[in-house]
Amino acid sequence: MHMADALLSPAVGGTMCAVSGGMIAFCSAKVRTGLDERKVPLMGVLGAFLFAAQMINFSIPATGSSGHLGGGLLLSILLGPYAAFLTISSVLIVQALFFADGGLLALGCNIFNMGFIPAFLVYPLLYKRIAGPAPGRKRLATAIMISAVIGLQLGPLGVVLETVFSGISALPFSAFALLMQPIHLAIGVVEGVATVAIVTFVHKARPEIIHEALAGRPMGKGPLRTVLVSFLVAAILTGGILSGFASKKPDGLEWAIAGITGAEVLKGPDQGLHAVMTALQKRTAFLPDYSFKTTENGTKANGGHSLGTGISGIVGGLMTLAIVFLSGFLLKRRDIH
Amino acid sequence: MTGIDGTLLDFKSLDLLADGDTALHRLDPRAKVLATVVFVICVVSCGRYELAALFPFFLFPVFMIALGNIPPLYLAKKIAVVIPFAVMVGMFNPLLDRQVMLHVGELEVTGGWISFASIVVRAVLTVSSALVLVAVTGFPGVCAALESLGMPQPFAVQLLFLYRYIFVLAEEGGQMARARELRTFGARGRGLRVYGSLIGHLLLRTWMRAERIHMAMLARGFSGTFHTRRRPCFGLREVVFLLGWSIFFITARLVPVVHLLGTLVSRVVISYS
Repeated sequence: MHMADALLSPAVGGTMCAVSGGMIAFCSAKVRTGLDERKVPLMGVLGAFLFAAQMINFSIPATGSSGHLGGGLLLSILLGPYAAFLTISSVLIVQALFFADGGLLALGCNIFNMGFIPAFLVYPLLYKRIAGPAPGRKRLATAIMISAVIGLQLGPLGVVLETVFSGISALPFSAFALLMQPIHLAIGVVEGVATVAIVTFVHKARPEIIHEALAGRPMGKGPLRTVLVSFLVAAILTGGILSGFASKKPDGLEWAIAGITGAEVLKGPDQGLHAVMTALQKRTAFLPDYSFKTTENGTKANGGHSLGTGISGIVGGLMTLAIVFLSGFLLKRRDIH
Repeated sequence: MTGIDGTLLDFKSLDLLADGDTALHRLDPRAKVLATVVFVICVVSCGRYELAALFPFFLFPVFMIALGNIPPLYLAKKIAVVIPFAVMVGMFNPLLDRQVMLHVGELEVTGGWISFASIVVRAVLTVSSALVLVAVTGFPGVCAALESLGMPQPFAVQLLFLYRYIFVLAEEGGQMARARELRTFGARGRGLRVYGSLIGHLLLRTWMRAERIHMAMLARGFSGTFHTRRRPCFGLREVVFLLGWSIFFITARLVPVVHLLGTLVSRVVISYS
């Protein structure tokens, strides 16, 4: 279940897109410089494999229903984190465009929840630690089960947080989390079991693939670029998400000015260049006071807000819909001739 | 017979639509991608309780469907499949938000219902814009647009490989799934053991295939970029398209067009009665 645009606000969506975009750029640089050239067609083709594999089901013994593979963990195990992240992102992009499974703006969120978390959190911190350098079958299976279950708890937690921060849905955090997490516990077990089945098969048939992947380059200290990227990401996260919690109270300077002059902001002269510039600024400020301009009816209404005379809204709405569909019809007719 | 065949057919039919030849199809992909991005941002930035303000945005998908020769019923079916997730989450809004916000005659509409309707309308708008973009631009076009807008090259190359090989691998996967269906009886043969072996074999074949693909492409002089027949050019038409739609979206977002229209009509009706 991918995050949809309908539940997203531009701040959250934009932040996550920036984070995911930065990560894609970073991983692409790593793939270009570090690994072989062969990896790029391999990544593309494994993405297609994942697509096909997601559509094949297996029956779960006790319940009588069927499950299928998600694949993030499998790809991380086979390809390593950087290549896996790029492959998962590409599969998500194709799903968003062709099947509308997850919105376009929500791609940033989905790539983070289903790409970053398995490849850069679960894989190095859980799977690699538990599996060790040359695992036997049992160790491999344990590592995969634990990673799958935890990975599929963190991903939906991301969805819950993004929805709650966006503020479009009225579901509070606790209720939503209580809905999502238990279901995804079951899904995590299914994913773990499917991944174990596939990896044990590959381990039996071609053990060198698994061993090569595990012995791959460890994620050591990256260059300066990594540090800069993380700072950029932190800045965007702070600006995007934490600014929602920014206090409306006066900052230090405003408080000091209030203490001296009795008003928070100094009033400039009424004439001259200063007045002209102030008027121009008021007119052109797209985000006055760091929020979207409020329209006649108010935007981020927090309840208790009248929507004005409902009649004009309804009439106008119906008329707009009529105009829109009539123009569509006319365009279509014109096209046929 | 199996889900994978239906999905592949669906995928192929949307891909076929992109091969059409209308004025919209001939536009540079960058203009269409950017217009869609502005559209999604404007729709998504509408406040929680804004319902009527979302209606003018329907003009964009309707325009694209009409001029791009996309069958509307086909699109409607695809949209209907994807709406349930948004509906399932939005369903709780009427239950949790019971503050009355609107009075229509004697009917009282709570904020919860308005925000729920807003979520559904948003979902329809954003989903249709994504599908319409692919139907009118095609996946290689979108990749080319993204690459010229700054997407890193290894990622773009890999995206195109993915697209190219989805057809091949989905057919192969479909064959294997069908073979399994035909050879299983009841619950035997559908469990994990066969599944692991099935997918494992598909994986190994894919892995070997990828090596052969790479060798074949190197033997044919592949140097990292794909060459296309139609050279992209961002001319006057594209500028008009992009600017026109962006101005429309931003105006519709900032100016309460719908309410002005409604007030005007009600005043005219009242003054005549």
